[in-house]
Amino acid sequence: MTDKPSKPPRTEPVQSATFTPAVNAEIRRAAATGIYDIRGGGTKRSVPHFDDLLFLGASISRYPLEGYREKCATNVTLGTRFAKKPIELDIPITIAGMSFGALSGQAKEALGRGATAAGTSTTTGDGGMTEEERGHSQLLVYQYLPSRYGMNPDDLRRCDAIEVVVGQGAKPGGGGMLLGQKISDRVAGMRDLPAGIDQRSACRHPDWTGPDDLEIKILELREITGWEKPIYVKVGGARPYFDTALAVKSGADVVVLDGMQGGTAATQDVFIEHVGIPILGCIRPAVQALQDLGMHRKVQLIVSGGIRNGADVAKALALGADAVSIGTAALIAIGDNDPRWEDDYQKLGTTAGAYDDWHEGMDPAGITTQDPKLAARLDPVIAGRQLANYLKVLTLEAQTIARACGKSHVHNLEPEDLCALTIEAAAMARVPLAGTDWIPGKGF
Amino acid sequence: MSIIDLSENGLRHLNETLQSQAQGTNQQDWEIINPRGSHAIAVGLDAPINVTVSGSTGYYCGGMNKQASITVKGSVGPGVAENMMSGIVVVEGDASQYAGATGRGGMLVVRGNAASRCGISMKGIDIVVEGNIGHMSAFMAQRGNLVVLGDAGEALGDSLYEARLYVRGSVKSLGADCIEKEMRPEHLAQLAELLERAGTDADPASFRRYGSARQLYHFNVDNASAY
Repeated sequence: MTDKPSKPPRTEPVQSATFTPAVNAEIRRAAATGIYDIRGGGTKRSVPHFDDLLFLGASISRYPLEGYREKCATNVTLGTRFAKKPIELDIPITIAGMSFGALSGQAKEALGRGATAAGTSTTTGDGGMTEEERGHSQLLVYQYLPSRYGMNPDDLRRCDAIEVVVGQGAKPGGGGMLLGQKISDRVAGMRDLPAGIDQRSACRHPDWTGPDDLEIKILELREITGWEKPIYVKVGGARPYFDTALAVKSGADVVVLDGMQGGTAATQDVFIEHVGIPILGCIRPAVQALQDLGMHRKVQLIVSGGIRNGADVAKALALGADAVSIGTAALIAIGDNDPRWEDDYQKLGTTAGAYDDWHEGMDPAGITTQDPKLAARLDPVIAGRQLANYLKVLTLEAQTIARACGKSHVHNLEPEDLCALTIEAAAMARVPLAGTDWIPGKGF
Repeated sequence: MSIIDLSENGLRHLNETLQSQAQGTNQQDWEIINPRGSHAIAVGLDAPINVTVSGSTGYYCGGMNKQASITVKGSVGPGVAENMMSGIVVVEGDASQYAGATGRGGMLVVRGNAASRCGISMKGIDIVVEGNIGHMSAFMAQRGNLVVLGDAGEALGDSLYEARLYVRGSVKSLGADCIEKEMRPEHLAQLAELLERAGTDADPASFRRYGSARQLYHFNVDNASAY
């Protein structure tokens, strides 16, 4: 007797690893609209990061410092090379440049309040200096950007440092576009442009090209400001060794290096995700350039892009940075993407934690908007206190790790205190793979 | 007239001295001798003083000027009067690239020719060039007026915003979103005032006006080929 034939087994449906549901959705969206996706923030893809490094801590050959008892200093001085008035920070964590225009006046005030309470600096952005941030920032870094929106010699003289922005990690080589929705009369007035139109921020400076010109530009800025202000040069993570060396050659007091995790107010998603390199791959080449020129610790190095906690701070310093800078984390600290606004995020077709349409100006948290009603949701005093608390935690965490490594100053952390969990991280950070003495690319 | 010899006193002394002049100073007239192509001469001034540079300069002469009247008896390097706020800078010779870049006010007069990107990203400055200007001039120019008695190079006024361009000679080509516009009586009057202020003798009626078509003011994928 033969069995009744049953249905033959079928192949399980298999989703493509290349054409994932998210990829397919983006193809459909592109096909429907004919325009690329623009968003805020930094890369969302998983890239080698500080999580792939571990501290070794003390052992028989290293002794630790007592937590809560033995001192572990955190101060940093920026601009010691040429500036008559270097900046003294209590903590090695600064607030990155974010523009009024991209952010509300309340958000800029909150950043200033928080930074000042924590003893550190904040930074203007593309759009000029506002009274909110100058008035509430004890130390304010004034960005000198390709667009030169709002640029004037009076603000240059009333800032505490000047940051010549060559590029940023989210988009090395790219400019920006502030869409008309966010161009209020005040924003437009500061930028010498009509209200309501899309405002293009240039990708390169209008009056200099290359390092030889940059050297002369820096000379001019120093002459206008009486050689008082530290001058930073900010570059996006791309060719960190050469960019750092050329910034030093051009006369920078401080080099700011921003990895691809660093945020932007509005850029094409394809740019954010496919141009530039992670901060983990930037720091050692930059430090190498400084060391090769005999300038490590003489020209200070600030790194940014994906700094979230004190461990990230400590790891960046251990790799040779003098300070770190935070942008996205600072916005989260003051209320960005907070689940308390989940209902509003849902109405925008997104969810807390994923909201990145900052360019549309409809931020439920009142941070990346120029809508007065939405902006009023952010109390700059409370938000400033949150930022100060967060900065305090970052500092305490970095100190905790530094003490465990036996360091009386966070700057005494060094690559020897680190190992890597992955071969990629070991190669990028130039520290041994955990449990081995193997640094890829460094021989045997 | 006070004379500063740049070859003897150095750039820092020069700028510090000029920058420290008070609003009501009696020491109004200054001459800088032996500039020898130095960069950043007479930058960041902020007083109604008259400065004559006797010779040619390097980059950024008169940068970020406020109030001062600066005359260069020679030619200037790149970025003359960059980001000027007010006052006047007169160049008796030629100007290199980026003349008047991002200027927000005041007037720049070039008696000779200006090279490429003259008036790039200008934000309110008035620029009068008696000779020719190079390519990509008034690129992304936002506000102010650019007057050219001679010819303009390629891609004049590319991605222009609200700046007004007046050219007497030929225009090799117009940049994206830059078009010729009607010269109405108010424009003739404005041009006459600009020419008079610059000390330039020319008939306003002999110029043509160019400005933004305002088609690129909002990003539109249908304009992608224009970018």
